Amino acid sequence: MALSKEQIAQRIAQELKNGYYVNLGIGIPTLVANYVPEGIEVVLQSENGMLGMGPFPEKGQADPDLINAGKQTVTVLPGGSFFDSSTSFAMIRGGHVDLTVLGAFEVSEKGDIASWKIPGKMVKGMGGAMDLVASAKNIVVAMQHCSKDGQSKLLKKCTLPLTGVRCIRKIVSDLAVIEVTEDGFKLLERAPGVSVDEIIAATEARLIVEGDVPEMKF
Amino acid sequence: MNKVVANAREAIEGISDGMTLMVGGFGLSGIPENCIAALAESGLKELTCISNNAGVDDFGLGLLLKKRQIRKMISSYVGENEEFERQLLSGELEVELIPQGTLAERCRAGGAGIPAFFVPAGYGTEVAEGKEIRTFNGKPHLLEHALTADFAIVKAWKGDTHGNLIYRNTANNFNQAMAMAGKITIAEVEELVPAGELDPNQIHTPGIFVQRIFQGKDYEKRIERLTER
Repeated sequence: MALSKEQIAQRIAQELKNGYYVNLGIGIPTLVANYVPEGIEVVLQSENGMLGMGPFPEKGQADPDLINAGKQTVTVLPGGSFFDSSTSFAMIRGGHVDLTVLGAFEVSEKGDIASWKIPGKMVKGMGGAMDLVASAKNIVVAMQHCSKDGQSKLLKKCTLPLTGVRCIRKIVSDLAVIEVTEDGFKLLERAPGVSVDEIIAATEARLIVEGDVPEMKF
Repeated sequence: MNKVVANAREAIEGISDGMTLMVGGFGLSGIPENCIAALAESGLKELTCISNNAGVDDFGLGLLLKKRQIRKMISSYVGENEEFERQLLSGELEVELIPQGTLAERCRAGGAGIPAFFVPAGYGTEVAEGKEIRTFNGKPHLLEHALTADFAIVKAWKGDTHGNLIYRNTANNFNQAMAMAGKITIAEVEELVPAGELDPNQIHTPGIFVQRIFQGKDYEKRIERLTER
């Protein structure tokens, strides 16, 4: 069975380590905050100017001056801090953020990512994604393996305008965990009940498969 | 040293057609509501607006877009504003999209007297087109130029008659960098107090950067995406 969005987030949460400062993008990445493993403390950075981002507010407690990068109302945890946008991106550009999780339209086997524009159809803008992918030490992409009409989004070469080049190290899709190596995509884990052949069929780029590929554990 | 003006209409005096404005805020958080309303009323046109977003269809800079007062937007994210996206895709509006951190730093640099600087963001993408590339520590970087504006318009939580400003929570965002980069910087605040009442240790924007300040009124502080537990 392909993973739900929540399960993709849950699998990515296993990448978190104690003491990490983490930036979570909009969409599935935001859900990762719900699955931080017990005993692990991470601090969430929101690029609009906050460290120590907490959960959504209780009903009636929303503060228009307290939002995340997705413009959703949030809360701040004890030990949190606020700062301006240029300081926020000094943290990102300066390599102070330990892990970045973001979504993508396409990822190439070289680690290129496209995530901000579909020419002629949709322009959302890159927001902070270009800054994040260009500077993060450790980036995990959360994405659906294929588009709604079944086209693979893990490609030899991206077809859409790029967000960054040779920057993605790991992908967690609804079908697989894949590492981007010097030689291309390497299959690390399968979604429970999904076969290696099914993943190969859903991946336009070549997939390196070594030995028995384990199922993801939750 | 008294920089206080009566209201938004007085604050925007001197802005003329075709000028470049920086407008603070992230989404609808920390936007100068009073000045935007005054600009909408003024009928000024052919404006270039440097702002991270462009509001929503009927609030924030979306008000100026709807009335076609903006010729060009310089932003990082336009999603969630259908009118913006429509004008962009149809070519009615000139839009320069810039990575968010680069946008913030270009504003900060403009205020800090740094004409240009190198960043890695955008290398290998269409953002890099026409830009000088240099490699530092094995990594390619783009030369990015500072931004300044005829007027920077910011919103703060508290301010004093000297123009010292304190922002609240994530409503700081682009306001602090933009406040530095206006030839004339206008600050509207929720609470204006006499000089001496704010704790000098807590000031985010020192008054030297601010030329006009006024007590705003009737803040709607609209929430773009209400999310609750």
